[in-house]
Amino acid sequence: MATKTGVPVAAPGDGRPDAKLSKEEVLRYSRHLIMPEVGMEGQLKLKQARVLCIGTGGLGAPLGLYLAAAGVGQIGLVDFDVVDFTNLQRQVLFGTSDVGRPKITAAADRLRNLNPEIRIDAIEERLSSENALELFRDYDIIVDGTDNFPTRYLVNDACVLLGKPNVYGSIFRFEGQITVFGYPDGPCYRCLYPEPPPPGLVPSCAEGGVLGVLPGIVGTIQAAETLKLIIGKGQPLVGRLLLFDALGMKFRELKLRKNPDCPVCGENRTLTKLIDYAEFCGIRGEEAPSTVTNIPEITARELKARLDRGDDIYVLDVREPHEYQICNIHGHLIPLGELPQRVHELDSSREIVAHCKSGKRSAQAVEFLQKAGFRKISNLKGGILAWSDEVDPSVPKY
Amino acid sequence: MAVKVIIPTPLRAYTGKRESVDVQAATVGEALSAVTTQFSDLKKHLFSDDGRLRSFVNVYVNDEDIRYLQKDQTSVKAGDTISIVPSIAGGARD
Repeated sequence: MATKTGVPVAAPGDGRPDAKLSKEEVLRYSRHLIMPEVGMEGQLKLKQARVLCIGTGGLGAPLGLYLAAAGVGQIGLVDFDVVDFTNLQRQVLFGTSDVGRPKITAAADRLRNLNPEIRIDAIEERLSSENALELFRDYDIIVDGTDNFPTRYLVNDACVLLGKPNVYGSIFRFEGQITVFGYPDGPCYRCLYPEPPPPGLVPSCAEGGVLGVLPGIVGTIQAAETLKLIIGKGQPLVGRLLLFDALGMKFRELKLRKNPDCPVCGENRTLTKLIDYAEFCGIRGEEAPSTVTNIPEITARELKARLDRGDDIYVLDVREPHEYQICNIHGHLIPLGELPQRVHELDSSREIVAHCKSGKRSAQAVEFLQKAGFRKISNLKGGILAWSDEVDPSVPKY
Repeated sequence: MAVKVIIPTPLRAYTGKRESVDVQAATVGEALSAVTTQFSDLKKHLFSDDGRLRSFVNVYVNDEDIRYLQKDQTSVKAGDTISIVPSIAGGARD
């Protein structure tokens, strides 16, 4: 049986809660019950709904909180990560005392405390091609709050194969994209983007940063879309891509069309089962970079010992100026992107050690400088993070 | 025709942090070519080596996807907005 908007509702006897509210629930949901767009009918739909949230991070936090508060009867949470200090800037499900706990445990505790009337399924697993279909099968709606391309394509394909709506949100720095994929006759993620970018071409949030409140806004929009799909009211974000820019404080909307040639939802589909998404996204290639092998390296301890000994070493910091402000080891700052124009500032007769945050960008810098004829150059292994670990713990990690 | 090309956050590093670029063009292809001439580092992020628009980058004229119009031959008129919308994946962790 389907509602007006195509989301399955409870079939009798499939283990869903009774279609009635207790006295306590009536009180708890009274601000929903008194508005006609939700009312008793909508609230009972919420109670009988099953939503699976992929990821309990920046997007999953507001999403989980609002779905639980609204009385969605069964909420599945999938994550396998542990809460760390850098999460607290935006992942509002967690408190300082949760650092070090599995996210799934901390999230389930928080949501059960918020609403003991509902069922929380804490699924501490890494979503994979092996378990996705089985996990998704029990839920009506899947909400994608992951942070990487392989999982995004996996969630999309599993939703299309099972015919489940996929409430999609993604973020970068201060910009977000939100839509609903996998709806009957609506487009899917592959209709929008047939292929992911090659690894390394698009910076991740870990490299690019993200405004803490941004996932709050985007995740809350995902929650609103999920609730609308359940109660069957309003206009869902199907066939529309909502773009949000927090700096300009602007929303824009673009039309999304179903691609007739889409490999997973098109007329002549070629994908009928889940595939290897790491391979599809080229991740394997990134894990074994061929170029990095011939780059000379120096450890943080070695560099410290040689500087203490008075060796003439020129420390080149290839990070960005705002990173230099967070912490530095008194290196000469030339951001990687400016290196080609500023290479004349370097003296190729001196020994140079390049560093960045973790060693990846500086490896590119060393490779570039080697090609430019520099011979006495090496890369600080593990970057300034390793310096903090091995040499000077007063240098903050970020 | 004067058209505005909106640069998305991930690509602003290649346009001197500019959020949009105004160019003179009669088609989408001309507009993108004008932008990548002005900002050459942007080129490899928009086009593959054979000159085709990359499959994780979509281009819209106002709110329409050019894949469902005349692709890079899609004509533009004064005041149109061209949006470059790349795939972004951020969300749960880091």
